Amino acid sequence: MNFKWQVNIMEKKYPRIPSGCAISGIMNKKGERFSGTDIMKSIALMHDRSNGLGGGFAAYGIYPEYSDHYALHVFYESLSNRVSAEEFINEHFNVDTSEMIHTRKVKGISNPPLIWRYFVQPKKNKLHSSELTEEEYVVRCIMRINSSYEGCYIFSSGKNMGAFKGVGYPEDIGEFYRLEEYKGYLWTAHGRFPTNTPGWWGGAHPFTLLDWSIVHNGEISSYHANARFLEMFGYKCTLQTDTEVITYIFDFLMRKNGLPVELAVSTIAAPLWKEIERMDEDRKELIKALRTVYSSLLINGPFSIILGTRNGIVALNDRIKLRNMVAATKGDFLYVASEESGIREICPNPENVWVPKAGEPVIGLMEGVKEI
Amino acid sequence: MGSQGGRARNWADGRGEGNMSLNYSTPEFIIERNNDRCIDCRVCVTQCANEAHIYDEEEDKVVSDDMKCINCHRCVVFCPTRALSVRKHPLEYRENASWSGHDINTIYKQAASGGILLAGMGTGKKYPIYWDHLLLNASQVTNPSIDPLREPMELKTFLGRKPETLKIENGRLAEKLPPQLELEVPIMFAAMSFGSISLNAHKSLARAAEEVGSFFNTGEGGLHRELSGYGKNTIVQVASGRFGVHSEYLNAGAAIEIKIGQGAKPGIGGHLPGEKVGPEVSLTRMIPLGSDAISPAPHHDIYSIEDLRQLIFSLKEATNYEKPVSVKIAAVHNVAAIASGIVRAGADIVTIDGFRGGSGATPLRTRDSVGIPIETALAAVDSRLRQEGIRNQASLVVSGSIRNSSDVVKAVALGADAVNIGTAALIALGCHMCQKCYTGKCNWGIATQDPNLTKRLNPDIGARRAANLLRAWGHEIKELIGGMGINALESLRGNRLMLRGIGLNEKELKILGIKAAGE
Repeated sequence: MNFKWQVNIMEKKYPRIPSGCAISGIMNKKGERFSGTDIMKSIALMHDRSNGLGGGFAAYGIYPEYSDHYALHVFYESLSNRVSAEEFINEHFNVDTSEMIHTRKVKGISNPPLIWRYFVQPKKNKLHSSELTEEEYVVRCIMRINSSYEGCYIFSSGKNMGAFKGVGYPEDIGEFYRLEEYKGYLWTAHGRFPTNTPGWWGGAHPFTLLDWSIVHNGEISSYHANARFLEMFGYKCTLQTDTEVITYIFDFLMRKNGLPVELAVSTIAAPLWKEIERMDEDRKELIKALRTVYSSLLINGPFSIILGTRNGIVALNDRIKLRNMVAATKGDFLYVASEESGIREICPNPENVWVPKAGEPVIGLMEGVKEI
Repeated sequence: MGSQGGRARNWADGRGEGNMSLNYSTPEFIIERNNDRCIDCRVCVTQCANEAHIYDEEEDKVVSDDMKCINCHRCVVFCPTRALSVRKHPLEYRENASWSGHDINTIYKQAASGGILLAGMGTGKKYPIYWDHLLLNASQVTNPSIDPLREPMELKTFLGRKPETLKIENGRLAEKLPPQLELEVPIMFAAMSFGSISLNAHKSLARAAEEVGSFFNTGEGGLHRELSGYGKNTIVQVASGRFGVHSEYLNAGAAIEIKIGQGAKPGIGGHLPGEKVGPEVSLTRMIPLGSDAISPAPHHDIYSIEDLRQLIFSLKEATNYEKPVSVKIAAVHNVAAIASGIVRAGADIVTIDGFRGGSGATPLRTRDSVGIPIETALAAVDSRLRQEGIRNQASLVVSGSIRNSSDVVKAVALGADAVNIGTAALIALGCHMCQKCYTGKCNWGIATQDPNLTKRLNPDIGARRAANLLRAWGHEIKELIGGMGINALESLRGNRLMLRGIGLNEKELKILGIKAAGE
């Protein structure tokens, strides 16, 4: 298996789709599972923040019976696309279950692609001969399909989690995917307001890679600087969103380079130099090194994002807070949303409500977990 | 010219021909003296090192010789009654689309002298200037522009090798970073040697670099002892002539630059005429007084990329791996592959000088026809290094006709970490672009070693003006990137989506890696 791509930067295209958005996230730190009804209500309340051209959800803890399998959610344009992609999937993975994802007909959702789900594990011989870690192997297989197979797009690939997304208002997308029938301990949602769009289902949020999912509100002005840096490390920015790039940045910093979440955040929403000057010597040296070495991964421009993983969530604003975001807690629940109303709709009396500062992450960890 | 006849090249700069024979030259400029205003004060006479103004004692009158005028504006600026002006001489040859006046005049010069044509500053030929075909982006609605008057805006830039990952243990950096140059503005002063320019010019640039938080580059002429205090803002150069290179020199600066080539004269060496080698230059360069300083075309210990690697590491050994090493090359056809080799040879910084870059003295034909534009070279190198996954292993500095802050912003968006400015810096010091640096008679005290001329440049004023230029460009860069919704320069580096091309063909757009306006 040869995963060395001939990347021709000059011939690659980077179509950009600026978009405004609504985001919302709920987690239960004890791991208690609840249905998708709440998250759908929260994101539906912020209806005016989206324009019907994209909505989606990420749910963690929904496939406990397949917790050791990578759950691949795939969009196909046609049956023949499925045949060719499945050839690749079957060659590289042991497929436990392959099925169409159950949906229902909903007014406002038109022309959905074929939506398929596979629970897979890497073929051991292929994995060994690739000399890659299991995760890297899966990532590269996904990138291979997404960049080289026509009419085919893997939009979710984590274990015991899944993304559900499409073109439409988020509440309609939720209904379409029958999310009230799934139970998870952590949900994030996204309603999209793109200012132009190819009307493509893959372009909706959340964007995911393995267990990572990102919902994002904003338009990052550093997109091409970020994307071109990531390409040096084998990431292929085939999707048409900033969110894809943000996901890869987290993946690069945390999974590949082993940075703890707090330092990944200090890279993405780096402290200003004048703040760094005031830090103690060790800290100053560390943060300065981060900004020197990973300067191309600073995310510039307005954003609020919710990163979901199996271990919890990280919510983050850009370093000068150009997008709104509110957080709240009640009991074992942590809520994050673009607007406070999105939280109060499902939790009328939170114990704490606060507006996180620019560049200051809200980190919600599952109980018993040390790192995100 | 040249005191060692046999060794020196034969130059056709028109000097020393006297009026022994008819040389067919005609004046390039016409000096207009308004006699109603002229008070015969003789300021112009004392100011002109070219002796274009003469005091006629018999007539008690100041007169001018157009033949000697190089249009440096010195007399015009200093004339107390504003009596002087200089214009292009109206004399024209009979029109011929193939034979311009320049073509004809250069033949007269060479027929008279039998020598190589010499020129100063960058090429003046009408090649496309790609900076002027690039347009910058700005935010509207979907993404707020950022106002540098109200929001923090960061230009800090680090030059040097970046490791692929950081080693962090217990919340502390476990392994120090390779040495980095820290710049407060992404603009440095290009290499210009002491010898080609005056000590006062060097002092001005060194002080300005210190004041603003940037770097000045010694060029190949060594470091004058009076400048030893500016070490942390100095880049010391090692060129093929190795003038003034010793271990103290290597350790005197913050970085070392190996000069392989220069945009104004790719493929050839340098030549400082013996007349410019006075006691100070002689001492600094460690060469005999009055001798020509000739830099060979190649380094004679670098005939290949592996030889370059040896020199890079010799210099690193000599400086205890505490200083980044830059390798400067001229932008030539195969620049992308060469730059890749340089990075793999261990350079921490690659400096690329485009074919419009300046020089104190360069053979005219080389300057005007060798090399490629810096914009295309930069785009090709940045893309190539990224394709090979080694862009972060070295910083990219570009030079060769950076005229203003928007050129800087465009260079960074194409992929540069920082730029060098030579000509622009000298203009800040008072250079009026007469392009006669090689004559050693610079009336502005910049490209000369004549003590009567060098004292015209006050380093206090020079430093203030050069620092002002960097600060002014810094302000403008902040405005431009703030308009794009960017508040740290690193987010612009290689961010080619912030550029659009205008008036470029498909191939040019592809090489530059940008979209066309409207796309």
